[in-house]
Amino acid sequence: MSLSIRLAWTQTLSLWRSGALRVLVFSLVLAVTAISAIGFFTQRVETALNQQGGLLLGGDIAVIADHAIPDALLISAEKQGIETAKTYEFSSMVVFGEGSQLAEIKAVEQAFPLRGDLTLGKHVTDVGVVVKTSPKQGEVWIEPRLANLLNIKVGDDVEVGERKLLISAILVREPSRGGDMFGFAPRLMMNAADLPSTKLIQYGSRVKYQLLLAASPQKINQYNAQNKSSLSRGEKIQDVRNARPEIKSALDKAQQFLGLSAMVSVILAMVAMLLSSLPYIKQSLDTFALMRCFGASKSTVLQVLAIQTILIAFFSALLGVLLGFIAQFGLATLAGSLFLESLPPASSSPVFIGLAASIAMMFAVVLPHAWQMRNLTAMNILRRETLAQPISAQAKFLPAALVMCAMIFWQARDVKLAASTMVALALLCIAIVGFSYVLVTLANRLFMLSPKSQVLNDMKLGVLGLKRRFGLSTVQMIGFSMGLMVLMLLALIRGDLIRNWQASLPIDAPNRFIINIQPSQIDGIKQFFLKQEIKGGSIFPMVRGRLISKNGKEINATQWQDERAKRLAEREFNLSWTAEMQSDNQLLSGRWWTPEEYGKPYLSIEQDLAKTLGIQLGDKLIFDVAGDQLTLTVTSLRKVDWDTMRANFFAVTPPGVLDNYSANYISSFHLPIGTDAAMNQLIRNYPNLTVIDVAALMQQVRGIMQKMSSTIEYVFAFSLLAGLAVLYAALIATREERIAEATLMRVFGASRRQVSIAYIAEFACIGLVSALIATVAANLLAYYINAQILNIPFQFNATLALGITLIAAFIIPLAAWLGLRGFLNVPARQLLNSI
Amino acid sequence: MQQPPAMQTKISQATIIQAQNLTYEFVSHDNHIQVLRDLNLSIFNGEQIAIIGSSGSGKSTLLSLLAGLDIPSSGSVQIQNNPFSGLDEDGRAAVRAKSMGFIFQSFQLLPSLTALENVMLPLQLKGQANAKELSLEALAKVGLSARVQHYPKQLSGGEQQRVAIARAFATQPAILFADEPTGNLDNSTGQIIIELLFKMNMEAGTTLVLVTHDVHLANRCQRQLKLENGVLTEQTDLATA
Repeated sequence: MSLSIRLAWTQTLSLWRSGALRVLVFSLVLAVTAISAIGFFTQRVETALNQQGGLLLGGDIAVIADHAIPDALLISAEKQGIETAKTYEFSSMVVFGEGSQLAEIKAVEQAFPLRGDLTLGKHVTDVGVVVKTSPKQGEVWIEPRLANLLNIKVGDDVEVGERKLLISAILVREPSRGGDMFGFAPRLMMNAADLPSTKLIQYGSRVKYQLLLAASPQKINQYNAQNKSSLSRGEKIQDVRNARPEIKSALDKAQQFLGLSAMVSVILAMVAMLLSSLPYIKQSLDTFALMRCFGASKSTVLQVLAIQTILIAFFSALLGVLLGFIAQFGLATLAGSLFLESLPPASSSPVFIGLAASIAMMFAVVLPHAWQMRNLTAMNILRRETLAQPISAQAKFLPAALVMCAMIFWQARDVKLAASTMVALALLCIAIVGFSYVLVTLANRLFMLSPKSQVLNDMKLGVLGLKRRFGLSTVQMIGFSMGLMVLMLLALIRGDLIRNWQASLPIDAPNRFIINIQPSQIDGIKQFFLKQEIKGGSIFPMVRGRLISKNGKEINATQWQDERAKRLAEREFNLSWTAEMQSDNQLLSGRWWTPEEYGKPYLSIEQDLAKTLGIQLGDKLIFDVAGDQLTLTVTSLRKVDWDTMRANFFAVTPPGVLDNYSANYISSFHLPIGTDAAMNQLIRNYPNLTVIDVAALMQQVRGIMQKMSSTIEYVFAFSLLAGLAVLYAALIATREERIAEATLMRVFGASRRQVSIAYIAEFACIGLVSALIATVAANLLAYYINAQILNIPFQFNATLALGITLIAAFIIPLAAWLGLRGFLNVPARQLLNSI
Repeated sequence: MQQPPAMQTKISQATIIQAQNLTYEFVSHDNHIQVLRDLNLSIFNGEQIAIIGSSGSGKSTLLSLLAGLDIPSSGSVQIQNNPFSGLDEDGRAAVRAKSMGFIFQSFQLLPSLTALENVMLPLQLKGQANAKELSLEALAKVGLSARVQHYPKQLSGGEQQRVAIARAFATQPAILFADEPTGNLDNSTGQIIIELLFKMNMEAGTTLVLVTHDVHLANRCQRQLKLENGVLTEQTDLATA
């Protein structure tokens, strides 16, 4: 065994020195770097997301209930040494002198916030200071909006229920202020110890009870696992995944893209490895044949090969993991400001994953050859008879293909994405083989021609080269087109994703919502829009109704297991009406109503709601609206883009249906900078209005998208590097043979120009065909992934398609020629000696 | 190097290759190695000439210089009384395409090409219209009509060398350079290849420059030149002996 190790070591070193290993190792290192960098990064992001959830929630997780939190849940936490803080949220009027305003009261225990911090100011325009405390007993903190609305300041006393409490600070920023934005009224934060004396919480009061928890991830996970199943009705455990849906959507897509990029890098690196393994295998086989001649047994040879493979895989993985670890710092820096605190440290698991992947990939490449060698004599190997066995030649790529499939599934983390990519790759291979046949047929036609021009004759020779090396040319084309396809796919999706994010939050996206608008106030609001030159300000009616029956069957929340379905069945819907469908809605099935269908009892339902409650087209739904029963037929299902920050509705009817019910209105609009005074005046004119300012939230979402875009660009650079490795590997895969051919051509009297023209013509064909097929495949796959997985619109990019095609048709032959050019100046005799 | 007076008469009449003061040297690991020293040689049109010598004596180097596959350190080679070694790479290639054929010890067939395609390659380079017909004809002459679509790896060593001979004669060269043509073959196969080579050479009237260390093969040639320590030390005209 020690002899085998020594032999393997010396052979690995000499293979490295000879250059046969370099591209193989480069590809392997690149694959491991991509896998581990993205592994380290996503792991840190996921941990950070959970922690950020903590910042947004005020703890790592929160038990939320519509009734007092059971003591058992609190005791369970305290037993495990988990920090706890209770909060109570509800709406109530806050009174100052003659004025009163509905506010979101949040009563917190002294330990609040367990995670994150708050910013407090002395007056409404103060930028404030960061604190990690809660209001003292007898004191309250209020948001600037409440201060404006009631014209109050720090030092004043406000009435909250039956208590008078001192305003001790202006609450400038509260990260844990999340959730349903339409529930927003200005915040008043108080100490929970004062709550009983306010007598605001009575039997039947609508209060959101929260138990915030903070501890190590292990303890939190343990608590989650222990208590999740024992939660009663109306209780739930919340983390960041369900705390901030608007941010989650962007992050989910970015993570899918990161997964896709990692998958692409792995595909590219594996293709590069397969292509670059040819010189390595050839040289290794020579050595092993000689070893067999010198008396080494088959098992010794296989042992040496196995050790050599592990050595190469191990050292490549070591380097790859190291580079991956360094690279993820770049990713983390770019994405760092996404999170309110710095990213948590990486764990060691990507190291082992990188190592395992490296060994799997190396063995996948080497195994078929080792298998072949078992049954070959030394002479067989010396005569290269391994290459003459067609069945083995086909099976040669099987283990690599299997490992590649496994890696694709693992990296993509999405069955649909992985399966569609694999289907696309398989179709691409079939298309390449088909096109190669077409090219060979054309080459055969050319065979019959005898062009008078010497240049055309030389080009003919080049194209005939495709026929001469059908197998190798096909492999080379597959390599080129796979490389180009996945790079183009990534470029397309990256562009679509970033464009989609930018489009979803344009600079003039609504940043203010007004709710509680009464019909008599609509004209005043419209006047305000006109005066302030606010364009696109829209006002939507809302009538509240509870779903009580579907197709004659009474709706009962207990019929669903799903928490969301239960909640939706219990809550009141905001029914709205409109003649035209909103621009950010998309009709999925059924049809929109015509102007003639005014007043018809039709209903359009949002698709997710329909799916959750099992509502289908044609269903008859009965709503209880202000005590009346209103029967509506579902005539269409819509997809709503909730990311746009516009007002949208789950259930919409044609105009005229809800005319008999009292409605209030909601408006969303973009308030230009510097018009706050006019806005405040509007509120003074109509004190019942509640204005929700989402500018800060939008800024936060925009910031996140910007950071995710940068992260995506950075990861894309990885894939580009892997793509270049493939192109290089594809070029060198047939280089030795081409040098031999070029040398013989020169011996037979071909000039360097002739050889160059033939060579460039052959690679131009390869580049053009590869690029054309890659362009078609990339666009089809991008269309599918955008539509089915990322839910973003696909946009054909003609410039990119044309650019890649032209670049491939020019750059590939140029690069190939540059690789050969050096040999054209070496005397033919020297080359003859080496071939 | 001294040449018999009779040969000098022939040179003045129809010299096809003339080497003058040919020297080839290189530096390896700070050692100055001189492979050929001030060598003079004339080869006549239609002549069969063998260059013999031990391994490492510089036979193949001499053949490479005569064929323009490499350039001498000093001295010159003329082909058909035209300067040759002084031409640039492409100029020498053009002369080779027009006037020379090659047979190598290791056959030098391209593994990805069939026997027919291998033979066609030099014809296609010349832009020959009827490359296929000429190649089929050449392959028929070497007895490989039935194996034209076979790849080198599907042929025996002797068959591969026959393909190489067909390839060499297909372009109807004025000069054929053969470097150890039987070096990779067993005795009986080697014998068959020699017979074929000389038969086709006679038919085509090609000048044959053969490099070998096989005395029997060398004896088939009209002249033998023995290369030793970089110098042609012996020259025998077997035809007149």
